[in-house]
Amino acid sequence: MTAQATHSSAFQGGFANPVFDGQSVFRQVMNALARPGMKTAFDGLTEPPSPLIATVGSIAATLFDHDTKIWLDPVLSRNEAVAGWLTFHTSAPMTRQTLDADFAVLADGTAMPSLESFAQGTQEYPDRSTTLIIQIEALEGGRDLRLTGPGIKDFQTIAPQGLPEHFLEQWAGNRSRFPRGVDIILAAGEGIIGLPRTVKIEIGS
Amino acid sequence: MAEATQQLHEQAPANPEQAARQRAMAVLARASGSELAKAWDAWPDRPDVSPVRGPETGLVMVRGRIGGGGAPFNFGEATVTRATVKLSTGHVGHAYALGADKDKVRHAAIFDALWQDDATRSAVEDQLVAPICKRLDSEDTRRRDETAATRVDFFTMVRGED
Amino acid sequence: MYVAVKGGEAAISNAHQLLADRRRGDRSVPAMTIEQIVEQLGLAVDRIMSEGSLYDKELAALAFKQARGDMIEAIFLLRAYRTTLPRFGYSNPIDTGDMLIERRISATYKDLPGGQLLGPTFDYTHRLLDPQLKGDEVVDEPQSRDAETGHTPRVSEILDQEGLIEGDGELPDDHRTGDLTREPMEFPMTRDTRLQALSRGDEGFLLALAYSTQRGYARSHPFAGEIRIGEVEVEIDVPELGFAVSIGRIRVTECQMVNQFKGSAKPPPQFTRGYGLVFGQSERKAMSMSMVDRTLRATELGEDLTAPAQDEEFVISHSDNVQATGFVEHLKLPHYVDFQAELDLVRRMRSEFDARQDGAEEQGDNLEAAE
Repeated sequence: MTAQATHSSAFQGGFANPVFDGQSVFRQVMNALARPGMKTAFDGLTEPPSPLIATVGSIAATLFDHDTKIWLDPVLSRNEAVAGWLTFHTSAPMTRQTLDADFAVLADGTAMPSLESFAQGTQEYPDRSTTLIIQIEALEGGRDLRLTGPGIKDFQTIAPQGLPEHFLEQWAGNRSRFPRGVDIILAAGEGIIGLPRTVKIEIGS
Repeated sequence: MAEATQQLHEQAPANPEQAARQRAMAVLARASGSELAKAWDAWPDRPDVSPVRGPETGLVMVRGRIGGGGAPFNFGEATVTRATVKLSTGHVGHAYALGADKDKVRHAAIFDALWQDDATRSAVEDQLVAPICKRLDSEDTRRRDETAATRVDFFTMVRGED
Repeated sequence: MYVAVKGGEAAISNAHQLLADRRRGDRSVPAMTIEQIVEQLGLAVDRIMSEGSLYDKELAALAFKQARGDMIEAIFLLRAYRTTLPRFGYSNPIDTGDMLIERRISATYKDLPGGQLLGPTFDYTHRLLDPQLKGDEVVDEPQSRDAETGHTPRVSEILDQEGLIEGDGELPDDHRTGDLTREPMEFPMTRDTRLQALSRGDEGFLLALAYSTQRGYARSHPFAGEIRIGEVEVEIDVPELGFAVSIGRIRVTECQMVNQFKGSAKPPPQFTRGYGLVFGQSERKAMSMSMVDRTLRATELGEDLTAPAQDEEFVISHSDNVQATGFVEHLKLPHYVDFQAELDLVRRMRSEFDARQDGAEEQGDNLEAAE
């Protein structure tokens, strides 16, 4: 599947300073995954076409390249401007197979395929799994979730809005496959929350 | 497999305009930096150019085929420089060329944008692509002819009485 | 207890300055330019590009100058530099059938379409030093004669018409082309990854292995089916354009080695092939590569494994001269603490040994006395 960047808007809205912007976003993503549940504020360093948000555009411009296969959810893959923008700014090839994806980008978190359908990695190479980047409405204002696990002292409470239905059941299944399994970055306009596969999520605060 | 290779090359381009642009881009990629710089300096009514990406130098992994025509393999990288520019006319031009000559590739991207503009395409073709193409062709011919002079002409020595 | 020591900062700094001085040499001799190296020491540049696995003549020439002509140091510099560059993608496979040929010979067919083209070869020179080259003598322009143009068929295509030679070398359709620069080495390797390793392998190492096969360590009856040197076009698919563009040309050397093969339980008697493809003009390397490629196919072809050149893990693990020099040369770095430990150990073992010796002698004396 080739997304041809025919719209000239596809060429605009990348990092202004690719090296420094990429380094700063990388640092933020790394922190978010090292400190699960901690809200990491983000400057919108990119201006991708809607409905892709700037936070996700910046992560894409930082982590995606010609060696990473990208799966887009139906909302995004139908959108030529989004596909064209990602292609020009990252050179990443698109895939329709969730199992092949190094990264998956979801604009509509509520319609998420099962986590099991993405690449889980292998026992020898658990890193060969999909990282999901899920756009949600907001990082706060939803029901309280209590996180525990490596990288968290005692516990951490988050309350994201717009999580997929049955997310907790899905996540429990994901944890049971450890060391295999997917990692998730929840993204909203104000920043991101990292949910590496090691984190345990329960209802409550 | 030889057939498959041939098919690959014979694959008809989607349209003649694309084929012409591919050809022009190939010539721009092999042009010298000074050829493009001179042409741009002398260009009348130069539009404003804003950089969209690059020029930036990176790598491309060059592939060969096992046995010449079999399965692909990676055999080594080459430096490549790319640039994307936008002209005040609204046209966006791209260029990729081997090597690390950033000015050359930025100019090539400008000319790719000018090539896409109906108002300037023929000027790019006539004043730039055609003469550079002619130079490259004559260099190729010269090299072929110099190699041909080292071709072995076998002759049979007749021995014995009959 | 572990006591760290530091020091030598000034010594290192002064050593680097001294290196710069010695590299420059006598200041009354003009400094070499990169253009001079590219134009006049082209085969050194080619070797650095080939083993540095990076095609860029200017950078390779700079590395050569910086390394004072030390090939492996120059190759190391180029490898280090490439890690600083982002990768934009993979090229479409080059087509050596469409090469602008500068040399093309076959040892298997005298009269072949396209002919035997000697090109700029050292072959048939008398290997006598030429004092004229000490100066800047005027060199004549080369001869020229009208050339045939178009596609020059590979010798393998000619043999293929009789069905007596194996195909080019296919891999399963779902095989993803391996890349040593991205994935860790795993044995056994597929042939594509092996060829990548051989193509950047050390010329001397591959030459020695190829030679060993000729001397009886895995006999493989090779014939140089064809060697061709010249320029090929490099094309990449540009994602934002949706079509492929040519980004220029590179010079490569290709060798098709043809080997007699008696047949085994698997394939019938036929000619098998080894393949060599390297950056620049380097037929010694391309020939060695194709011979080693062939011997490393022993398992695939059901041959007995009897020689080092057939041992994939041995060959591939030791073919990279940057890795090799790193491990060998690290021995000159301070190992003071390791050595201190070894010294203690050897002293203890020696005193135990001496004690045993003394004990044995005493016992011997006692025995003698008893007799």
